[in-house]
Amino acid sequence: MADLELPTRQGFAPDAGSTTRLPDEVPVTLTINGERRDLHVRPWTTLLDLLREDLHLYGTKKGCDHGQCGSCTVLVDGQRINSCLALAVSRDGCEVTTVEGLAGPDGALHPMQEAFIEHDAFQCGYCTPGQICSAIGLVKEGHAHTPEEIREQMSGNICRCGAYTNIVDAIGDVLAKESAK
Amino acid sequence: MNRFSYARPGSVADAIREVGSSPAAKILAGGTNLVDLMKYNVERPTHLVDVSRLPGLKEITETEGGGLRIGALVTNTAAAYDPRVQERYPLLSSTILAGATAQLRNAATTGGNLMQRTRCYYFYDASTPCNKRVPGSGCPALHGVNRIHAILGTSDKCIATHPSDMAVAMAALEAVVRVSGPRGERGIPIAEFHRLPGDTPERDTNLGADEVITAVDLPEPRFTTHYTYLKLRDRLSYAFALVSVAAALEMDGGTVGEARIALGGVAHKPWRVPEAEAMLKGKVPDRAAFERVAERILQGAKGHGENDFKVELARRAIVRALSQAAAGTPQSQTDKRIQ
Repeated sequence: MADLELPTRQGFAPDAGSTTRLPDEVPVTLTINGERRDLHVRPWTTLLDLLREDLHLYGTKKGCDHGQCGSCTVLVDGQRINSCLALAVSRDGCEVTTVEGLAGPDGALHPMQEAFIEHDAFQCGYCTPGQICSAIGLVKEGHAHTPEEIREQMSGNICRCGAYTNIVDAIGDVLAKESAK
Repeated sequence: MNRFSYARPGSVADAIREVGSSPAAKILAGGTNLVDLMKYNVERPTHLVDVSRLPGLKEITETEGGGLRIGALVTNTAAAYDPRVQERYPLLSSTILAGATAQLRNAATTGGNLMQRTRCYYFYDASTPCNKRVPGSGCPALHGVNRIHAILGTSDKCIATHPSDMAVAMAALEAVVRVSGPRGERGIPIAEFHRLPGDTPERDTNLGADEVITAVDLPEPRFTTHYTYLKLRDRLSYAFALVSVAAALEMDGGTVGEARIALGGVAHKPWRVPEAEAMLKGKVPDRAAFERVAERILQGAKGHGENDFKVELARRAIVRALSQAAAGTPQSQTDKRIQ
């Protein structure tokens, strides 16, 4: 990463302190899709950028990069979060699951992936990895039971193609199968 | 994002030392607001103190008198779905679930939620002046794009609002923010935690620069049946409040015993007017009484152009929220139809 100095523009908050204590890379251990990775990370690297730029896991998408669209959603210790707003250093020791880690070792798709295909729950597909990770988090949380509750609990994932109806159906399908177990 | 050094202290005492080590040090917990602001170059800490692993701050514990202490690192999700919170403070649980998204609530913490900064467009845009971001540079919102801005408690320096939902319920419940610093621990009543902008809009709260939030104490449970959080916004989910009302009533037969009303989206802090609440004491909860209360709460409310509508919206929202609370029919945060 180039050490670019941003141009000073009107209105930037002045740096109140010195920047003489800039650190080296920080050692971080993450278990990513079941594989332990010992990494050295600059503290300002987000989990999203680490996954995509350093580990070449391009399944997780960068949309808005500000926590507004949900396309970067991954599961950290089983919970869905926006990887664009998580600094990788602060997730040291965590287990991260991305869309690449959902299928079984034999390549069998995760039931949520199957349901998205079954219900045609996407068009362009850019938001899909985030939608699927978010939906898996939703099922695990157990707070959504009706289509209205699914919609509310999925409000952090935007689909600009507007595949919402089928996304809700896909998730509802998985929820129904889960509760029938 | 600017470059910074990073520390992960192992105790609250170490965290206090770290954050006091530089005037440009910042505390990182869930990161959902701070990291966002750093990407916009609005926050540019030179030293980041990651408190997210501090022991003992992730728990919800019992306090004397049946109250609860919510650790500063309890996530918004964990607080909202905790069975004790749901049972004893349903207003707080409902209010937290009205905010943000599932992903954000999973990461965002109780302490961080209180410390989140305004979503004023000008504050967020580092290419424009902003008295909150750069003191003395001016406030373009006063005569600019101000649809989301404050109508109460403003100054000629700043008309930003505090964006938290959670804090609005905490204001109604009279929570106490526990903080720890070099001079020891203290409790700050939530009403005194956030500040009005006045001449120092750069200061959002009365938390000391070297103090760390450790918990929020909720007093003895009350208002468990007659309450509501009514949030009005531009879309039905994942949007900040244009106006929100937390209303809580203690009913004494057919009349009101005690009333609490806190507003969000209208000021630099959750807005409460105890004199207005007292007007309901001993009164039959009817529309006429609610309208008088709304009138009193909104005394002096003033729009700045695009947000003029908020005065009338707030008046109606207060009346509607009090009606919901009196009827014991809290607003659903899933089915957004307003009854």
